[in-house]
Amino acid sequence: MTAPRFVDPSLLSDTEEGPALLGSRCTDCGAHTFPRQGGCPRCTGAGMADVVLSRTGTLWSFTTQGFRPKPPYTGTEAHEPYAVGYVELPGQLLVETRLVEADPDRLEIGMPVELALVPFRDDPDGPVHTFAFVRRTP
Amino acid sequence: MSGVAIVGIGMHRFGRTEGVSGRAQAVHAARRALDDAGLRFSDMQFGFGGSHSAGDADTLVSELGLTGLPFINVANGCATGGSALIAADAAIRSGTHDLGIVIGFDKHPRGAFDTDPADHGIGSWYGETGMMVTTQFFGMKIQRYLHDHGIKPDVLAEVAAKAFRNGARNPMAWRRKEMAAAEIAAAPMISHPLTQYMYCSPAEGAVALVLCRAEDAHHYTDRPVFLAAATFRSRRYGSFEVFSPWLALDRAESPTVEAAAAAFAAAGLAPSEVDVAQIQDTESGAELMHMAETGLCAHGEQEELILSGATAIEGRLPVNTDGGCLANGEPIGASGLRQVHENVLQLRGDAGEHQIPGDPQVGFTHVYGAPGISACTVLTREERS
Repeated sequence: MTAPRFVDPSLLSDTEEGPALLGSRCTDCGAHTFPRQGGCPRCTGAGMADVVLSRTGTLWSFTTQGFRPKPPYTGTEAHEPYAVGYVELPGQLLVETRLVEADPDRLEIGMPVELALVPFRDDPDGPVHTFAFVRRTP
Repeated sequence: MSGVAIVGIGMHRFGRTEGVSGRAQAVHAARRALDDAGLRFSDMQFGFGGSHSAGDADTLVSELGLTGLPFINVANGCATGGSALIAADAAIRSGTHDLGIVIGFDKHPRGAFDTDPADHGIGSWYGETGMMVTTQFFGMKIQRYLHDHGIKPDVLAEVAAKAFRNGARNPMAWRRKEMAAAEIAAAPMISHPLTQYMYCSPAEGAVALVLCRAEDAHHYTDRPVFLAAATFRSRRYGSFEVFSPWLALDRAESPTVEAAAAAFAAAGLAPSEVDVAQIQDTESGAELMHMAETGLCAHGEQEELILSGATAIEGRLPVNTDGGCLANGEPIGASGLRQVHENVLQLRGDAGEHQIPGDPQVGFTHVYGAPGISACTVLTREERS
């Protein structure tokens, strides 16, 4: 089986637990960013090193997307409402992400979530995936 | 140092005006402002102005007059008008000029604003996967705010209902039909918990202001309004702003907090002394959050203020008396100056059907927008500096 096609492979890193998001960590002050960048927005230094971001966290806020966005959105033609949110990755940062669950009544701030790769677009040569978070069951 | 007075105001009606360009609306507003001050464009010593998508302000001189004045274009998103005003304030306060004009105008196509991630230094994946959408940001921000402060979402429909009530009383507003809170709450959900009528729409319009040295104000008008403060701030590390693929774990105050505090400090006034306020209401939640971030009330206190009618035109803290962005729409380059125009009307006692009662002395304005900026003004009937 080949790995799923991903919207931007530079966002990901392979780990023993599976794919994880790849960010930067400031070697001076410890601030994290996602995606990777060369300068630190907190201490203004330029010593940023790659860091694998946590695959689990908690939902910090969320909303839904009720209409199909205009370009540059490239998702499937038939609009399926989706949800987005910020997930708190402990000790690192809050990452903005799509959520697998699209029903706001089944989302709550503080719920435990984990990373998943989900298809969002059908290209002629197969589905393209992006990252999302899904409720983590203990 | 000289103080600064506003002696002329002019506006082109907001909303949609088919067949009239944004530039033509700007010229209309400029002529109204000059007439209001009893002046000609040839009297203007400087101009500052801008639009987001309706052309370059400095080209307006081909209509207004080729007088050789320095006319500087300003482009600061939602703070375009505020930035033009700050530049004019500095030009007069410093003694560089005595008299000049600021102009803000715009004309946007229908539908939500679409933005290229590359303009914000973000990879194309962000737009492709459906996260480069401003309405989502507002939904996530108010969702978290309601959670943090224990506020029920029902109040969001009440904010929009008030905006349309005020718009119905303002002949220059776009949306002039009242709408019940229940209808607003039941409208299609755009980004939970915000429905269709809780968001403002891109629109058209223009505003111009003529400003001069405070000591000269009575040459042009018997009812000057003084610009006691005009401030601008950008975001700090840790604030929660639009188009952010990530946020810091450390939380910082919004640029609104610093811009408002700086404005009140410069004016030597407290938020409690404000008689009328125009604050950024891109959507209902923004008005709610900004009421507290500007210092007009405490966090969590808004629900009681809104539900009790305190923020209505007849209330003790009237907010967005002209209907705000919700009833006027958002022409990005013009919105900030619309707020100042409205406060000048209120302080002159010229707001007609939407005039607040009493004898207002102090007005406050606030804009907020991408990529994390805020501009505020304090306007007074009496000169303070």
